[in-house]
Amino acid sequence: MARSGIIGGVVAALVIAGAVLGVVLVWRPAIAAIDPPSPQSFAPELVKRGRELAALGNCNDCHTVRGGKNFAGGLPVPTPFGTIFSTNITPDAETGIGRWSEGAFRRAMRLGVDRQGRHLYPTFPYDHFTNVTDEDDRALYAYLMTREPVVAAARPNQLRFPFNQRVVIAGWKLLFLHRETYHPDATKSAEWNRGAYLVEGLAHCGACHTPRNALGAERTKVAFSGGEADDWSAYAINTKSPAPVAWDADALDFYLRNGWHPDHGTARGPMAQVVKNLAAVPASDVHAIAVYMADVFGVPHAARDRAAVVAEARSGVGRAPDSEGAAIFAAACASCHDSGRPPPYGGINLALSSAPSAPDPRNLVNIVLAGVRPVEGERSPIMPGFAGTMNDQQIAVLVNYLRSRFTSQPPWGGFEKTIEEARRTQTAYLTTSAAPTSAPASATQRDKP
Amino acid sequence: MTTLKVNGQEHQIEADADTPLLYVLRDELKLNAAKFGCGLGQCGSCTVIVDGKAVLSCVTPLLLVEGKQITTLEGLGTDEAPAPIQRAFMEEQAAQCGYCIAGMMMRAQALLQRNSKPTDAEIRAELAPHLCRCGTHMRILRAVKRAAHLMDTAELLPANQGSAR
Repeated sequence: MARSGIIGGVVAALVIAGAVLGVVLVWRPAIAAIDPPSPQSFAPELVKRGRELAALGNCNDCHTVRGGKNFAGGLPVPTPFGTIFSTNITPDAETGIGRWSEGAFRRAMRLGVDRQGRHLYPTFPYDHFTNVTDEDDRALYAYLMTREPVVAAARPNQLRFPFNQRVVIAGWKLLFLHRETYHPDATKSAEWNRGAYLVEGLAHCGACHTPRNALGAERTKVAFSGGEADDWSAYAINTKSPAPVAWDADALDFYLRNGWHPDHGTARGPMAQVVKNLAAVPASDVHAIAVYMADVFGVPHAARDRAAVVAEARSGVGRAPDSEGAAIFAAACASCHDSGRPPPYGGINLALSSAPSAPDPRNLVNIVLAGVRPVEGERSPIMPGFAGTMNDQQIAVLVNYLRSRFTSQPPWGGFEKTIEEARRTQTAYLTTSAAPTSAPASATQRDKP
Repeated sequence: MTTLKVNGQEHQIEADADTPLLYVLRDELKLNAAKFGCGLGQCGSCTVIVDGKAVLSCVTPLLLVEGKQITTLEGLGTDEAPAPIQRAFMEEQAAQCGYCIAGMMMRAQALLQRNSKPTDAEIRAELAPHLCRCGTHMRILRAVKRAAHLMDTAELLPANQGSAR
């Protein structure tokens, strides 16, 4: 009797302890709502700093839909678990973050919890933002709270069970949310450390450029080895980089500030928005990122310079015989890409471009189909798309030709599906018809160039 | 030898497979509406319609259009019986020097075949690849709207219209 009572007591204690532990891990209190602060209550210098930081964080890319109001949210973000919609981060009191105190904002950035105490999905990259300092969070808060408030209620996420239960996120955080991902390194320069702070924190480069595990978390052991961003592959930006000419700090700095580099080509896909935002960032911060990333890229074992790469491609003319691919290249591509004029006014010599050398043909196919659209209101490289001119088989012929002519990599096999998907996702926005073909082809279509 | 179907007629062409379509249209078939502007696919003045889609003929090799239906501006209408798109551009006086206009009309035609009631934003987005240095952009936009209206009110059209579609 006494014995079973003790066992019962132990069991009860364990159950209670487990429940308490569960509550401690999962439950987060609401933070009191405030009246939306007046824009005048924020110092202009703080707002300005916040604008630069928001550009570094690429916030508008996810929190704005094409043609929509800035920061009003609503962008579908496809994940293996379902589609998550970005939220309204304008200071609207009811549908935005107007009633969030600075403390509530900082908690969201650091712990991924909203003002009401709900766990946020890690599509909001708080696994990086957790590294952002209080001071920077304050400036970001000041910037966002002085934007135009927009009434736009969040769209409900479309997630499968059990992922639609926010309690699951608490478990995810236990496994993957660590604040120690960034440490200053006293043996490195102040600039390197600044770059590391930005890259590992607010700029969240790894969110696209690091591969993810089955639970959608970054595999930090292979950080920067290449990942995915929408329907593009985000190249490896460490020693595994497919770039034929090695990146260095100067090249990175130029590329990040201009969106192209004569030895590397043009930033496209989601990276186009990143470099567009970086134009509004202090040059010193971009340079710091370049210095840190040059170290991450490291020195590839077979470093070659531009002249060597181009010379090798020239001598390789004989590699691909006179073929259908060669004929397409001659008429459709060579007038820009074989002109000897470097970017941005000429096309890059494809021997220098990462796209034909990459492990996966997706980016090359995307660009051949949809081209490089001009960035509205900016001087930027352009290229016509060939979706209307070439069928899938002809695209494949051309892509195979480019691979054999301009790289020493083995041929890509069986990428018919890649072409089909690229045609669906990349060309939907090029076709403007009344309906219904103008609707995004799938939830994976971000509806932006 | 390549077989080209241009404006409903078949032609046997001797040029190499990698010859740009534009050169064949202008130099061999003497169809001079499509213009050589930049030769890089960046200005739009060489645009023709291939199987219903606007295509930049200066960067399109012959082998990609073999057997497809190619339509040039000459295939849409004539001096006596201009097509709606041509009538609309004339009525709006949308051309100044006119160099870019044939290409503009062809892409607008392809748009209107697909979407008979485009919005202003859709017309702007569609014509974005075309450059005009005279600056008649507003007239061009009006002309495309007018053409859409003309196509919708078919009784206004001469009897032989639409044959090129």
